[in-house]
Amino acid sequence: MDRRNFLRMGLLGAGIPLAGTVNGVSWTAAAPVEGSVLRNAAPVLGSAASAINTPYRNLLILVELKGANDGLNTVIPYADPLYAQLRPKIAIPRDQVLTISEREGLHPSLNALMPLWQNKELAVVQGIGYPNPNLSHFRSIEIWDTASKSDEYLGAGWLARTFAAVPAPAQFAADGVVVGSNDMGPLSGTQVRTIALADTRQFLQQAKLAKPDGDQRNAALKHILAVESEIVHAASKLNTNVAFKTEFPKTAFGNQVRTAAQLVASNAGMATIRLTLGGFDTHAGQLGTQAGLLKQLADGLAALKDSMVELNRWDSTMVMTYSEFGRRPKENQSGGTDHGTANAHFMMGGKVKGGLYGQAPALARLDGNGNLPFAVDFRSVYATVIDKWWSGDSSKILGGKFEALDLLRV
Amino acid sequence: MNWKKQMLNLGAVTIACIISICASAGAKAEAAIGADGARHLLNRTGFSATADEIKTFSTLTRADAADRLLKAVNTVAVTPPPDWVNEPLPSPKKLQERTREEQQAIQKLNNDHALELREWWFQEMISTPSPFAEKMTLFWHNHFATSQQKVKLTQFLYQQNTMLRRNALGNFGTMLREVARDPAMLIYLDGANNRKEQPNENFAREVMELFTLGEGHYTERDIKEAARAFTGWSVDRETGKFMFRRGIHDYGVKTVFNKTGNFEGDEIIDLLLAKPETAEFITRKLWKEFVSPSPNGADEAVIKRMASDFKSSGYNIAKLMRMMLISDAFYAMNNRAALIKSPVEFVVGTLKTFGIQTSNMRTFVIASALLGQNVFSPPNVKGWPGGEVWINSASLLGRKQLLDRLFTNEDRMEVAMRNIDDMAMRYGGNGDPAPAGREARMQRQLQKQMGTLHWNLDKWASNYQAAQGETALQDMTRVVLAIAPQTAVGVSANPADWARQLVADPAYQLK
Repeated sequence: MDRRNFLRMGLLGAGIPLAGTVNGVSWTAAAPVEGSVLRNAAPVLGSAASAINTPYRNLLILVELKGANDGLNTVIPYADPLYAQLRPKIAIPRDQVLTISEREGLHPSLNALMPLWQNKELAVVQGIGYPNPNLSHFRSIEIWDTASKSDEYLGAGWLARTFAAVPAPAQFAADGVVVGSNDMGPLSGTQVRTIALADTRQFLQQAKLAKPDGDQRNAALKHILAVESEIVHAASKLNTNVAFKTEFPKTAFGNQVRTAAQLVASNAGMATIRLTLGGFDTHAGQLGTQAGLLKQLADGLAALKDSMVELNRWDSTMVMTYSEFGRRPKENQSGGTDHGTANAHFMMGGKVKGGLYGQAPALARLDGNGNLPFAVDFRSVYATVIDKWWSGDSSKILGGKFEALDLLRV
Repeated sequence: MNWKKQMLNLGAVTIACIISICASAGAKAEAAIGADGARHLLNRTGFSATADEIKTFSTLTRADAADRLLKAVNTVAVTPPPDWVNEPLPSPKKLQERTREEQQAIQKLNNDHALELREWWFQEMISTPSPFAEKMTLFWHNHFATSQQKVKLTQFLYQQNTMLRRNALGNFGTMLREVARDPAMLIYLDGANNRKEQPNENFAREVMELFTLGEGHYTERDIKEAARAFTGWSVDRETGKFMFRRGIHDYGVKTVFNKTGNFEGDEIIDLLLAKPETAEFITRKLWKEFVSPSPNGADEAVIKRMASDFKSSGYNIAKLMRMMLISDAFYAMNNRAALIKSPVEFVVGTLKTFGIQTSNMRTFVIASALLGQNVFSPPNVKGWPGGEVWINSASLLGRKQLLDRLFTNEDRMEVAMRNIDDMAMRYGGNGDPAPAGREARMQRQLQKQMGTLHWNLDKWASNYQAAQGETALQDMTRVVLAIAPQTAVGVSANPADWARQLVADPAYQLK
């Protein structure tokens, strides 16, 4: 019996007969015996998730920048003359860059993140990538989601494997919640309790369609019933009427941030939340598009911080951006950039040691396709989450030892 | 514990005997398969079973029922394809001369064509005289997974689809040879770039790992050597046909599976077909698709025997499927409702079961994609993982919401539409700089097109008026569900209400 069924049995209670009427023929069957054994260990429902002692009190909020954000125009190596040479049309002018070091600066649209930088709560990790990079959106995000090698196909996401190894407490509404996307990304897998929703109000509406009761003997049906239970369980824990002082931007991403804040405020318990901001595949006319997206991102993340501070959760929240790959240093003919490799990403939170990590882009050492070498394996970033943030053992999850980054005050 | 298990078994038998005939494990193969058996056979080999079809098949023996299905199999689709399938390909030279804008226009055209191709196939699944042929074509599409995202040229995907249908119940060896020469496959697995000086191992690896032997039955060296034998197997970009390029073919001596010779690609395929593992791999995969998701020890013995017969038949797929479809395991009660419907089966099955006509198939193509299965775009060369992976909270609620929209009465329909409006606004309205992303775009399209249905649930349900008393609900249940509903259907004089309750039941996700 897997852990999802464990949860289900907790809800149902052993010994409660499953009953039904089949075309006029009534039948009853006792719940499976194994259930009663497990149920003894089942948690008391209704206790506040906040009262539980678990490493997953530390919340991870992932932000996927779909389509591959151009890292070079996000964290800008303004002091490197090659930067302007490679990008005659789309380089961000020196005087517009928000300086964060004598070599690097942020895109002007990221202004809302500067207070976090000054507060030393924003880590900027440059040069994240992996060996033998794949330049297909689909395949590369799969590599990121599953933390696989470039030529390896793994079924379950890295977070799904993390929770399969060390589950979040059953009192939690779910291991993870995916906001605003139908694809489960790093949470896809069968041994993980994931809820996907667009917003909490709508989810509660939809959840009324779930029907968790039924025959547990058929394995396929058992799986469906387990998912139905997860939905009902999560819905029972969500409270959507928390009033915030924080003003959430009225953008698609701002709405996701508001939903995430509502989820955390409901105190329903969840180890991770994933948000998605799409549209970064800027093959043409990059300047305007990326400026708009980065503003949306920064404003949303600033609101996320404010709302977590309001909930007294900022010190137990770590936010992390990721993308399938970076973009090519040399601009193309259409004022855009093509698929690349290594990329810069942000990590932020009350316990994050702000500053620059990784390596500045080696613009003089591009590969045969004109792409950047990587300096930090993306699995080291994951190891930071698993080992440092959640006190776990990443080597079992990531299929090898990857050095965690030293960027947390924990 | 024992007595409880027995009690559970008793429950199963009770459920089995939904109606007069208990066509369960004990029944003889010569006996008629009965209504429940017919429902099982038709839904597993197709997408649905109407009351009339069930009636027709219920009186047949297992063998007669299987033969009837096999006889109906067509090798050419009956739905006319989109006009562009026979248009000449854009010339490759011109492609390089094109500006980025022109290239983007071509890509957009290809994406539109891909949508039209999906609509065409969905329509074929609905219109075909042989749903079994489409089910098998879908199986081979998943087996020889090839994606539009890489192949781009939609004509090639159409060609591949017709090739798979032509061979779907033919000879596996023939199909494998055609797959190895298939332009879409040559592009998808980089065969077109496989040259003597720089062999590309992609196809050689997948032909062993995914198409024939399965993991563990070959070495890395076998892959490297086999890749050399396929060098020069390429596509003529002018004609869009297979082309053997002598100049880049490696005529040297290769050693594969401890055999040495001047092997050519076809001889590698011979070597693969000569291995019993190939027959077993294919038989087991078909078993998991048509019989049960996790074969037990007894099943494995049957699979081995069938695989051996499959190989001695020279890889006759129809013979293999006949063996499977008349087997005790196929009709075993434990294996009924043991499989989860794929999104395509769920969507097409719903349209067919309830006779829902639509002038815009795109709605349902998009629905299936949103639920996780976008035909002609499998996630990778392994195809869709399927089974339990089909169902997570998002996809299950997505399925339920689609049903809710189709089956709720008008009042609730309005509410549902308003919800979708809200969602569309949140995703892309308000002048957001980045309207949405693909999923939200799909949601908006879905919403726009939901109004194009020609369907009346009450009319459909009126065939099950309580004229025959109790059996009306039983008959409808058999058409809609593979097992008894998990929640008893509430008392209602209105058969449309029964249908709403039945599709809302978790059992509706099973086949």
